[in-house]
Amino acid sequence: MTARAARPGLGRPLLRLRVAGYAFFLPFFVVFLVTVVAPLAYAIYLSFFQDRLIGGTVFSGLANYTRALGDALFGAGLLRVALFLVVQVPVMLLIALGCALAIDSGRLRWPSLFRITIFMPYAVPAVVAALLWGYMYGDQFGLVGQLGDALGVTAPDLLSRPWMLTSIGNMVTWEYVGYNMIILYAALRAIPEELYEAAEMDGAGAIRIAWSIKLPALRPALLVATIFSVIGSFQLFNEPNILQKLAPAVISTGYTPNMYAYNLAFNGQQINYSAAVAVVLGLVTVVVAYAVQLITARREQTL
Amino acid sequence: MTAPVTGPVTGPVIGVATPRSPTARRRRKSVTLTVIMLVMFGYAVLPLFWLLANASKSGADLFSTFGLWFGGDFHLFANIGDTLSYQNGIFLRWFGNTVLYAVVGAGGAALLATLGGYALAKYDFPGRKLLFAMVLGAISIPGTALAVPTYLLFSQAGIVDTPWAVLIPALCSPFGLYLMRVYAADAVPDSILESARIDGAGEFRIFRTIALRLLAPGFVTVLLFALVATWNNYFLPLIVLNTPDWFPLTVGLNQWNAQANSGTSGAGDASYQLILTGSLLSIVPLIVAFLVLQRYWQSGLATGSVKQ
Repeated sequence: MTARAARPGLGRPLLRLRVAGYAFFLPFFVVFLVTVVAPLAYAIYLSFFQDRLIGGTVFSGLANYTRALGDALFGAGLLRVALFLVVQVPVMLLIALGCALAIDSGRLRWPSLFRITIFMPYAVPAVVAALLWGYMYGDQFGLVGQLGDALGVTAPDLLSRPWMLTSIGNMVTWEYVGYNMIILYAALRAIPEELYEAAEMDGAGAIRIAWSIKLPALRPALLVATIFSVIGSFQLFNEPNILQKLAPAVISTGYTPNMYAYNLAFNGQQINYSAAVAVVLGLVTVVVAYAVQLITARREQTL
Repeated sequence: MTAPVTGPVTGPVIGVATPRSPTARRRRKSVTLTVIMLVMFGYAVLPLFWLLANASKSGADLFSTFGLWFGGDFHLFANIGDTLSYQNGIFLRWFGNTVLYAVVGAGGAALLATLGGYALAKYDFPGRKLLFAMVLGAISIPGTALAVPTYLLFSQAGIVDTPWAVLIPALCSPFGLYLMRVYAADAVPDSILESARIDGAGEFRIFRTIALRLLAPGFVTVLLFALVATWNNYFLPLIVLNTPDWFPLTVGLNQWNAQANSGTSGAGDASYQLILTGSLLSIVPLIVAFLVLQRYWQSGLATGSVKQ
């Protein structure tokens, strides 16, 4: 309210603007409280209790957390999605980057056709994508097997243990390559035309322009895409959960941390422990996403 | 980015869909680049083509003919008929549920995100930075990690196994709010707001008659992404719904998949034809929405998502 004291005439309009600002923000905030803050708080609350055979639900402090940290199944799931992340995310983003640069280069025939078709799988529900690829991988009427027969070779069983993570990686790449491409392409379109003209006048070729103008301008968009991909990897649930029906022996209930939390709560009736697992998973995700951001920010400072 | 509006405000303004520069148009087309992108085209389209081909086969052809071409008889319409009539037409019911969840959920989410983003971008109220930081933080919380506690909360509130349990979480889109805040900061010039205020317009009237039009491309962008999120939502409905009558398509299709793979050929068995045809029917609306609205969402993205 210092503004009011300094400029008496502005007091009422200023108050009016503040009230309007809160009023516009309020509807979102109410929903945000109900759907994000409350469940989060409830999960943290639940994670401090344990269900005992004798005595019912009792406060147990950090016991669920120490159990989660020593849980081999949970650890294996985390390691699995970490491995998935380290391989799948760079592959997907590099392909997306290449596609965005190609479409933006002006040297490609039918650029808008490619833009739309490569983006299209994003509109396919993950469930349908997993069913499609799962059937194509499978041996019943699978495409992979048929191609192998046609070529006279034995196709690898893509739903077997050694191939499963790669098979899921292919699905996720298929679903999201176009989405990331569009984000990067939109960032490329926001680069002012004058920069290219100036660079061309200085004698820069297409590759030099891509390296010295386009890539630096893409950095914020790439960061956003990376962070979303990191979060997505830790959240992995839909694809393995669908494939479980096709390959029950390969995909265990703890294949990904999210599946583990789900199965603990709904098949194992261990609500409290499941909450602790979800909280730890959330913390790991936030820390890794934040680390990605920090590393990128630091690199930008030194450049 | 310069403010996109200089003249009178009459309709939605398309952000920065700049035409290709003359230099770009003059460039020679590269055959190598086009061939590489044709491979990507094949990768993106192949599963969809496979789906179309196999959804048009009879049950026998599905197992006996090559996957990447059509079978002997064209069975697509018969399969569609079977899919729509199976189990007293439950597929149509799932389709209707999905439309309900997507339209109400995504429409509401886009509206709330637009109001909130506009407030954060154009009004200076105490706590606004803190609130924005909170919402940004929420983006990095895995939505699926919230699902189990959401289920428990909703079950105490007595709304589990009702449409509300799917609709209420769908209304919240932190990413949409982020996008709209960035978009509104550019698309709505302060000078227009000030002149409207001097003319005596109320804040809500200014929003409704001026800001909303300027925000239209951003709104469409958020709407489409929210639409995809709700149309494709699987995890939350799987948890909060038990009654098949309330299932969205995703949960329903997976239930058919579970039946088809259970191996017991009982009376309630779904066939692969039903799943394939159902999958095909479930992806058509979203692809159409993207194609029809692409001009809007792409321009909205160009100003919105990428500037920090």
